[in-house]
Amino acid sequence: MTDETSTDLSAPARPVARRTGAALLLRVVPPGLYAGRAHVLVERSYLVSTRGWMSVISGFFEPLFFLFSLGYGLGQLVTTVDGPGGPMPYAAFVAPALLAASAMNGAVFEATFNLFFKFKYAKTYDAVLATPLGPVDIALGEATWCLIRGGLYSAGFIAVMLGFGLIGSPWALLALPACLLVALAFAAVGMAAATFMRSWHDFDLVQLAVMPLFLFSTTFYPLSVYPGWLQTVVQWTPLYHAIELMRALTTGYVGWGALTHVAYFAVMVVVGVVVASRRLGKLLLT
Amino acid sequence: MSAQTLGPWRAALIAVEHHWTWYRRNWRATVISNFLQPVLFLLAMGVGFGSQVRQGEATGGHPYLVFLAPALLVITAAQNAMFESTWAVFSSFKWQRTYLAVVSTPITPAQVLHGQLLWIALRLASGTAAFLGIAYALGAITSPSAVLAVPFATLAGMAFSAPVVAYAATREKPDSFNAIFRFLVMPMTLFTGGFFPLSQLPGWVHPLAWLTPVWHGIELARGATFGTLRLLPALGHVAYLSALVALGVALGRRYFRRRLAV
Repeated sequence: MTDETSTDLSAPARPVARRTGAALLLRVVPPGLYAGRAHVLVERSYLVSTRGWMSVISGFFEPLFFLFSLGYGLGQLVTTVDGPGGPMPYAAFVAPALLAASAMNGAVFEATFNLFFKFKYAKTYDAVLATPLGPVDIALGEATWCLIRGGLYSAGFIAVMLGFGLIGSPWALLALPACLLVALAFAAVGMAAATFMRSWHDFDLVQLAVMPLFLFSTTFYPLSVYPGWLQTVVQWTPLYHAIELMRALTTGYVGWGALTHVAYFAVMVVVGVVVASRRLGKLLLT
Repeated sequence: MSAQTLGPWRAALIAVEHHWTWYRRNWRATVISNFLQPVLFLLAMGVGFGSQVRQGEATGGHPYLVFLAPALLVITAAQNAMFESTWAVFSSFKWQRTYLAVVSTPITPAQVLHGQLLWIALRLASGTAAFLGIAYALGAITSPSAVLAVPFATLAGMAFSAPVVAYAATREKPDSFNAIFRFLVMPMTLFTGGFFPLSQLPGWVHPLAWLTPVWHGIELARGATFGTLRLLPALGHVAYLSALVALGVALGRRYFRRRLAV
């Protein structure tokens, strides 16, 4: 924080996007952009979802189908795989990975497709901004709704894992908060990415990022399958950290390394939120 | 409504030309979902996951990559058919209203449907052919008779596409499409013998799988690739798939006429 902060605070609260030299926090949350009423937007999302409940409910089944197919179908082709604590049954290996992947998919889908639609076509946010709410209320409200929805899916999936005996440690209690952190990180980055999109064609680029992450981040097979240099590349990708974290929590082989994963997602959250609110403020107020 | 003045083939080809004109400018937008996605899937599951699988009875004595490739061809066709038959059709009715513009010319609603289906079939055939080429380059195709998998996969895709197009023509809102994907396409992808033999699933699932076009397509494609296809079962699969196409076309003609005829 520099001297400039104090001069900025004393300045009248103007909703101006460009404020050179202001402190980072004030550029992220200029006073006029936040009305403290983000919960109203959550309420709106809830009301909308009660009318399209089918698409909300069905989101839970996708990872479940994958779990049945992979765990019990493919699992019979493979007896054991190398997990965190040595060889383990395939179903127990793949389930935490699917949990992480579904947290990512849900968050990215909600944050990109839905945000872009409301922003560009339904003009929902233009209407919202005609009320006392500001862009930061929008960003916070949408992110919160993302988390509520993602949290429900994750909780359901963890319950199914428990029912099938795929959880081997009380550490799994932390899997739900971990899922929320992962979802928040992907939602923040997804939201930031959505503000750069021009048309539906750009969503293919989202697919281009999410699809390889889902397939190659050691979801279906251990890291040791890759040659050395590729292992390093995979270890830098976000879903890899999510999967490692979940696998550690459900098997109980938790070390200090888990904090690295948490830190990775904390950085993602900060970067995503900063970029998303700045971009939203700029796009919506000009 | 003007009287029909165009021959059926000419009208369908004009409709195809319409799609082609759009596609020529926008094909880049479809490359990733139609083409790159199945290739990545083949790499991750066939090569990556396959490295964990012991070659044996379950995979018909083949390496997992070779076992998976023909089935993935059919699954890809069905998934592409899904998108081409729901959102694209719905949009032509409701958002872009292209169908409404087309029927103000001498082309009839039934011909619009035929053109749309012909276009989807061409997309499926070209997509699967390209995928087959990549699979060959990856060493997943070991027999020249695998070429037959392209028409089989296209037929299976159309057996799914035609009824779905008819269904999409009755919709006023696109809400149910995501549910179709999750409750029809995903189970068809995962539980019909593509990634592992059907025999590993409990018995009550088998009859459900037999109803799906994907299962028949996979039987045909795998049989053609491995040279294990017998004439009678093959005819049975083809007949079932053709019946689904015919049913879809019949329903589609009815719904297209109802929605487009003035």
